[in-house]
Amino acid sequence: MSNWTDIAALDDIAIRGARVVKTAHGCVAVFRTGTDEVFALDNACPHKKGPLAEGIVHGNTVTCPLHNWVFSLETGEAQGADNGRVETYAARIENGRILLETSFLKARAA
Amino acid sequence: MTQKLVVIGAGMASGRALEHLFETDPAAYDVTLFNAEPRGNYNRIMLSPVLSGDKTYEEIVTHDADWYEGNDVTCRFGEHVTAIDRDRKVVVGQNGEVPYDKLLIATGSAPFIIPVPGKDLPGVIAYRDLEDTNTMIAAGAKGGRAVVIGGGLLGLEAAAGLAARGMDVTVVHLMGHLMERQLDDAAGYLLRRALEDKGITVRCKASTAAIVGEDHVEGVLLQDDELIPADLVVMAVGIRPETRLATDAALEVERGITVDDQLVTSDPDVLAMGECVEHRGQLFGLVAPLYDQAKIVAKTLLGEAAEFVPREVSTKLKVTGCDLFSAGDFAEADGHEDIVFRDPARGVYKRLVLEGNTLVGAVMYGDTADSGWFFGLIKDATDISEMRDTLIFGPSFQGGAPLDPMAAVAALPDDVEICGCNGVSKGDIMAAIAAGAGDLGAIRATTKASASCGTCTGLVEQVLGATLGDDFVIPAAAGICGCTDLTHEDVRRLIKSKELKTQPAVWQELGWSTPDGCHICRPEVNYYLLADWPLAYQDDGQSRFINERKHANIQKDGTFSVVPRMWGGMTTPNELRAIADAAEKYNVPTVHVTGGQRIDLLGVRGEDLPDIWADLNAAGMVSGHAYAKGLRTVKTCVGRDHCRFGTQDSTGLGIKLERHLWGSWTPHKVKLAVSGCPRNCAEATCKDIGVVCVDSGFQIGVAGAAGMDVKETERLADVATEQEVIDLATAFIQLYRENAKYLDRPYKWVAKVGLDWVKEQVVEDLENRAALIERFEISQSVYRTDPWADHVKTRAKTYAPVTTFALEAAE
Ligand code: SRM
Ligand SMILES: Cc1cc2nc3c(=O)[nH]c(=O)nc-3n(C[C@H](O)[C@H](O)[C@H](O)COP(=O)(O)OP(=O)(O)OC[C@H]3O[C@@H](n4cnc5c(N)ncnc54)[C@H](O)[C@@H]3O)c2cc1C
Ligand code: SF4
Ligand code: FES
Repeated sequence: MSNWTDIAALDDIAIRGARVVKTAHGCVAVFRTGTDEVFALDNACPHKKGPLAEGIVHGNTVTCPLHNWVFSLETGEAQGADNGRVETYAARIENGRILLETSFLKARAA
Repeated sequence: MTQKLVVIGAGMASGRALEHLFETDPAAYDVTLFNAEPRGNYNRIMLSPVLSGDKTYEEIVTHDADWYEGNDVTCRFGEHVTAIDRDRKVVVGQNGEVPYDKLLIATGSAPFIIPVPGKDLPGVIAYRDLEDTNTMIAAGAKGGRAVVIGGGLLGLEAAAGLAARGMDVTVVHLMGHLMERQLDDAAGYLLRRALEDKGITVRCKASTAAIVGEDHVEGVLLQDDELIPADLVVMAVGIRPETRLATDAALEVERGITVDDQLVTSDPDVLAMGECVEHRGQLFGLVAPLYDQAKIVAKTLLGEAAEFVPREVSTKLKVTGCDLFSAGDFAEADGHEDIVFRDPARGVYKRLVLEGNTLVGAVMYGDTADSGWFFGLIKDATDISEMRDTLIFGPSFQGGAPLDPMAAVAALPDDVEICGCNGVSKGDIMAAIAAGAGDLGAIRATTKASASCGTCTGLVEQVLGATLGDDFVIPAAAGICGCTDLTHEDVRRLIKSKELKTQPAVWQELGWSTPDGCHICRPEVNYYLLADWPLAYQDDGQSRFINERKHANIQKDGTFSVVPRMWGGMTTPNELRAIADAAEKYNVPTVHVTGGQRIDLLGVRGEDLPDIWADLNAAGMVSGHAYAKGLRTVKTCVGRDHCRFGTQDSTGLGIKLERHLWGSWTPHKVKLAVSGCPRNCAEATCKDIGVVCVDSGFQIGVAGAAGMDVKETERLADVATEQEVIDLATAFIQLYRENAKYLDRPYKWVAKVGLDWVKEQVVEDLENRAALIERFEISQSVYRTDPWADHVKTRAKTYAPVTTFALEAAE
C-alpha cells in the first residue's frame, strides 16, 4: 500500500539542491533538479558513505562530495566506471509540496 | 422527445461541445446558453493578437448571432448564473430561472489575484477577457509605464502586446527564469534576451510586496523595497478553476469540479468541462485537451459511449520573434536522458528528453520548425532507437554535419576582443590571416594577439581554424569537462568579451552539451562570473563544492570542521575561552592547532554549524575561510615588538593585509606570510605572496609553493612603505583573480604568463595597478563580509533536516 507523506514545501529545497529527511533507519536525501523534479535516495554513498545531499546536482545526477562518484537520481546507479547503487524512493510534487512515499519506513521496521 | 440542456459559460470548451452536438443530432436538445461576458463565443487565445494589434475582435469571433439563431440556442449573454438548484433541476440566472434535464458547467477559470495591499486599485487588472484586453489597448494609447506581474505564457503575451502598443513594460517574475513550468533555464535565458531586445525589462526572483497609489495605481513595490512606477498593472500569476456554483450546489469539488471519463460530475445529470474541472487529479489550462473533452461531452449527452483520455499538451508563445516550443512532462517522467543541441550563432537551443527508447519531452528555442515532428514522436511513444544519434537534427536529417566544436568562436562578431592584453579583436586577427599570417607565430608577430600573457592562445587558434578550415590543424587542448570542448582559458576570455553574466548565458552562448553543466564546470563558471561581474552576478551556492556552500570543511564521516579567523595568527584569552566553550558545548572531538596559525575544531555536526558560528560570532570571531578557494591565512612572526632581530611590524602588517583581503574568492586558495627579518620565521618565501621585512622596507615575493610542489617565491618588488605592500599584494591578487584558470595556484599561473608580464601589469604600469585595486575593492564591497553571520541570519534552517520521522512514526 502506498503511503504518500508531505515532507516539505518545494521551495524549502534550493533548485539544484537537496535536504535531508531523518528517519529511524538513516537519512534520506531529497533532491530538487534544475527542471523542478524531485528524487529521494539514501543519503549514504556506497563507496565510503559520503553524504549525497551535500553533492552538486547536475542534470538528473548528483556528484558525491567526498570522491566525486556520480549517481543517477532516478535509478541510484553509479555512472561511468564506478560500480554501486543507492536505494531510491518515490517522491513527487503536488501543489508546491513535496510528497515522499514512506511505506519503506514500515517495511524496514518490520 | 426534445430535452432541455442548459450550458453555463460560453467559452472555448462549451462552444466546441455545442458544435459537435448540433453536427451529430441538432434536434436532441433545446439549448439555453448563459454567459457572464456580454457576448457569445470567441477565440480567447487570440486575445493576444488583438492586444498586439495583429487582429481585431471581429476576426476572432467563432460563433455569431446567425449561428445561435440557426441552431435555436436561447442566448442569455451578460447574465451571471447565481445558483443551481439540483433538487428542482433549475438554473438560477440574474434574470430568472431555467429548468434543465441536463446541465453543462463550463465556467472556465478565474485569474488568481495575489493578496497584496493595493490589489483593488483602479489600473490593476487581470488578463482574461475582451474587457481586460480593451483596457490594455486604451492604456497603451496613452503611453506610460506598465508592470506585468507574472512571467508565464499569459504575462509575457500581455507584456509583448503592451510593448508593441508603445508602453514601457517591466515584467516582474517570482521564479529564477521565465516560463519556468514550460522551459528550462537555458531556453528561459534566450526568451529573456529576445524580450529585452524588444525593450521589455525583465526582473526575475522578484516578489511583489504591495501595489501603491492614491486613487489609481502608481507603482509596484517589491519585497526588496524597490519601487517600479506604473500606470497600469497586469496580474498574470495563474488561474484558479471557477467552481463556486458547483461548490454551492454541493457537487463534488476538489481543486476543480470532479468529473469522470465521461465528463459527468457527482450528479449524473450534471456534466462539466474545461478549465473548471479536475479529471483524475489533473487540471487544464490549454485548449487542446478541452477540444477532446468537447467530443466526449457531445457523445455523453447523446447517450453514446466515449471516454476522455487526456493527451500530451504542448506550449507555444504567441509573441513575434520568440519562437519557442515545449512539450512533454519533464516534471514527472522517470529514467530520463538528455540530448542537447545549441547553436550560439543562431540563438538556437534544443533539448530532447528520452526515456529508454522513447522521446518524452522536448524544449526548443529559436528553431521550432521540427516541433510538430517531435511532438508526434512524444504522443505516439515512437521507438527512436534506430535514429537516436541523429534524432536532434530533426526529420530532414540526411546524415551530414556533426556538431561543430568551433561554433562558439565562429559565431563571434568581428569586433569582439580576443586578446585582452593587446586589445586585438577577432576582425584584426582575420585581417592578419587574410594578409597571409597562417599560424600562431605569424599572428603574434603581426597583431601581438596572444603574445603577452598568452591565455587567449586557444581562441586565436580557433579563429585560425575557423578562417582557414582544413589548412590549419588546431593543437589539441583539453576542454574543461565533458560539457564543452572549450578550454578553461577560452571560457574565461569569452565570458569577458561576450559579456556573459549568467550561467545559462554561458551554457547557451558557448554551446554547452549538457542542460546545466556538471560538478567540474559549474564551480569553475560560477567563479569566473563572480570574479568578472561582482555586482551583476549573484553567487550560486548550488554551483559550489560543499565546503564553500556550507562554509566548513566536510570530513570523511560527513561532519565538518570549523576554523575561526585569527588575524595574523594573533588571539586573545577571550577568543580562546570562547573556542574552548564552543568545543565543549558542541562535543567537538578534536581540537587541532593548524599549520596556518589558528585553531581547527574538527568533527562538528552539520546541523550544529549555525549555532557554533553564532557563539563564535558573539565572541567577535568570523569565518577563517579554511575551506575556500579564496584568501586563507596571513601568517606572521612576532616581529619588531618582541624579537631582537625584527626590523618592521610584521604582525601588524600581516593583520592589515588579512583584514584587507579576507572574504575574496580566487581561482585557488591564496596564503600569505609576513616575516620580520630574513630569518623568515613565518615561512614567507614559500607562500603565494610572502613579505620579508628588511631595514630599508619590504621585499615582496610571489608564486611560492609548499604543498604538492615546493618552490621559493620570486621577487615581485622591493618597496619602502606598508601601503605599497598592501597595494602590490592587492593588485597581484586581482590580476590573478581576473586571469588565472580555475584551480591554478598563483605559482602555476605565473609560470604560464611569466613574471615579467605580471610585473608590467602590477609594478610598472601605475595606472593599471590603480585600476586593479579599484576593481578588487568593488568586488570586496560585496564579499568582504562574514558568511557565517550571514548564514546564521538568512539560512540557518537549511542546515537542519527538512523533516524528521520519529521512531513511532516509522513503525
Ligand atoms: C587544517 C590543516 C592541517 C592542520 O591541521 O594543520 C589543513 C587541512 C587540510 N588541507 Fe591543507 N591544511 C592546512 C595547512 C596547509 C598548509 C600549510 C600552511 O597553510 O601554511 C599547506 C602547504 C601550503 C600550501 O597551501 O600549499 C597545505 C596544503 C594543502 C594542499 C596542497 C595544495 C597545493 O596547491 O599543493 C591541499 C589540497 C588542495 O588544496 O587541493 C590541502 C587540503 C587540505 C584539506 C582541505 C583537505 C580537503 O580537501 O579536505 C584539509 C582539510 C582538513 C579539515 O577538514 O579541516 N592542503 N595545507 C591546515 C589548515 C591551515 C589553516 O589554518 O587554514
Ligand atoms: C489571453 C489568453 C491567451 C491564451 N492563449 C492560449 C494559447 O495560446 N493556447 C492555449 O491552448 N490556451 C490559451 N489560453 C487558455 C485558453 O483560452 C483556455 O484554456 C480556454 O479558454 C478555457 O476554456 P473554458 O471554456 O474552460 O473557459 P473560458 O473560455 O474562460 O469560458 C468560460 C466562460 O464562462 C463564463 N462564466 C463563468 N462563470 C459564469 C457564471 N456564473 N455565469 C455565466 N457565465 C459564467 C465566463 O464569463 C467565460 O466566458 C489563453 C488564455 C488567455 C486568457
Ligand atoms: S596533509 Fe592535509 S590533506 Fe593530507 S591528510 Fe593532512 S590535513 Fe589532510
Ligand atoms: S564516499 Fe562517495 S565517492 Fe567516496
